[in-house]
Amino acid sequence: MSEYAVELKEVCKHFGLVVAVDGISLFIRDGEFFSLLGPSGCGKTTTLRLIAGFELLTAGEVYIGGRLQGETPPYRRPVNTVFQNYALFPHMSVFGNVAFGLEMQKVRKEEIRQRVLEALEMVRLPGIENRKPGQLSGGQQQRVALARALVNRPNVLLLDEPLGALDLKLRKAMQLELKALQHRVGITFIYVTHDQEEALTMSDRIAVMNQGRVLQVDTPEEIYERPADRFVADFIGETNFLEGEVKGRRAGEAAVVVDGVLTLHVPIERAVGMGDEVTVAIRPEKISLHAELPDPRAVPGIVQEVVYTGTDTRYLVQLTEKTIVTVRQQNVGIGATVSFPVGAQVYLYWQPESGRLLKT
Amino acid sequence: MAAQPRSRRETLRLFFLISPSLFWLVVFFLIPLLLVFAISFGQRGTYGGVKWVLNLQNYLRFFDPLYLRIFGRTFYIAAVTTLICLITGYPLAYFIATRPPRWRNGLILLLMVPFWTNFLVRTYAWILILRDAGLINTFWTGSLHATLLHLSGLVPLPIWEPLLHVTAHPLALFGTDWAIIIGLVYGWLPDMVLPCYAAIERFDFSLVEAAQDLYANRLKSFLRVILPLTMSGIVAGSVLVFIPSLGAYVTPDLLGGAKSIMIGNVIYSQFMSARDYPFGSAISFVLMAVMLVGTLIYFRMGTE
Repeated sequence: MSEYAVELKEVCKHFGLVVAVDGISLFIRDGEFFSLLGPSGCGKTTTLRLIAGFELLTAGEVYIGGRLQGETPPYRRPVNTVFQNYALFPHMSVFGNVAFGLEMQKVRKEEIRQRVLEALEMVRLPGIENRKPGQLSGGQQQRVALARALVNRPNVLLLDEPLGALDLKLRKAMQLELKALQHRVGITFIYVTHDQEEALTMSDRIAVMNQGRVLQVDTPEEIYERPADRFVADFIGETNFLEGEVKGRRAGEAAVVVDGVLTLHVPIERAVGMGDEVTVAIRPEKISLHAELPDPRAVPGIVQEVVYTGTDTRYLVQLTEKTIVTVRQQNVGIGATVSFPVGAQVYLYWQPESGRLLKT
Repeated sequence: MAAQPRSRRETLRLFFLISPSLFWLVVFFLIPLLLVFAISFGQRGTYGGVKWVLNLQNYLRFFDPLYLRIFGRTFYIAAVTTLICLITGYPLAYFIATRPPRWRNGLILLLMVPFWTNFLVRTYAWILILRDAGLINTFWTGSLHATLLHLSGLVPLPIWEPLLHVTAHPLALFGTDWAIIIGLVYGWLPDMVLPCYAAIERFDFSLVEAAQDLYANRLKSFLRVILPLTMSGIVAGSVLVFIPSLGAYVTPDLLGGAKSIMIGNVIYSQFMSARDYPFGSAISFVLMAVMLVGTLIYFRMGTE
């Protein structure tokens, strides 16, 4: 038995001339909540379909539970899928839908009945087994789809944007419920989503994908705090990008000069040479605003715009002629934070380790 | 009640809207039908025509073994025709419906192309293919027989004798039930393909992926998911093929020869040759009643 629930090695999938998945390697641990995150068309759904067996590999290898899958058809793979549109069988009752997988595996009648009712109980939908899918709300259909997959007790559950069709409130509730459910049943979840917040909330680890490639695989915190490149930093959360040139290196820090006038100090996490063109990424909430110089490293700016958004206030601050950054200040309490009017002269400060040096 | 006059006006307007089609159906369908129904209880006049002597004689006469046998054969031919249309038409419909969208309309068009030719001409063409001196038999008793004869001269084997014997005479194709069935299948196949195509095209194939994900192999996915969800097309197609086959007249008349006739030919001959309008009317009504009951049962089966 392998320590990994699912392994992908150098997996490629081409549709004609289109390269959907371009050499992906992933090692998904047993019992992990693993998300594939990326914009539409990044190859995340195709990757999921390759694991399920709905698509055949162009190149590479897929292992499930340590076993090489090759051209194994979907009905012989120990995985089950929750589809984006649920794909419930409209001509069968809820019971018939949930029982389908067990019937196909020739489980005894009494056991089927017991397990189906248990599964419906688990997704908190008892007593609806005689209804048809068409008579259920979107949220209920979603739960039935989940029960239909979980009732088979698969090693791995594949979820293809299962919450995409639900409204925001329901989606938030289902996120927490899904996470709790995954914890309870201990099944490996592979979860496809384009919603970065959803991925951050639910996952143990996230693989960020773009254009058929995996850019970074890490925990939500690492992905957010230490994005591997500009795409990841931009896709997950909000980020200020400041482009400049490395002018000095000292004690693990690089001095980056932006627009020739502004010097930023950023920790060096990758090899950079003098004169390199680099990008410094800083999250808006890591920056604080001050009326007077709080630290020699703080940089001056002028407030251009103030937007009150309830939980926090967003400032657009002009640093140089060409560079404007976004700053978010949490509204801790009325009058608890100093607010600045448009046109005010301010100093921006952030802890040096909050800045991230990226390749341009 | 304030609602009363308004609902009456609504009824009047509805009546006004459907009056053209209502008029048409009453004058050209309902009244003639009632006439035929009335005639079926009359008696044949000495020189044709109808004598209005109310009796059930015509309906009782239908139970003569001669007519029952023709009726039974008619049913058999229509059923076999429907079955063959289904077995050949459904896979064809499936094939067309699973092509890329830009191909589908073209393929449906190709299916319809032969039907731009007149029905009678197409049926005549089958005579040329099936008759004793037709296309198939010319090959059978000609080229094939000659080739076998030649081979038997080269390699003496015991199998040549029976083969030469059967190819010496033309196959009995023309004038049989099978000739009629071939003609009917050819004539009604699109009526099976089109409803099946419509049903399969509407079918959501992600359900097949769901079934396969739940351990159903291809056959099980087909039987448990695709088939039940395209049953409406199968039912509609079967009715569209079975009903006209049951009442077929031209095809058995041309391809069935003198030996093989269907109930449609009997009705025709009662009206046109025997000039026994009452008996012809009675058979028509029996046929209609059977069709109606059969169709109702079938539709009930399909919707459940």
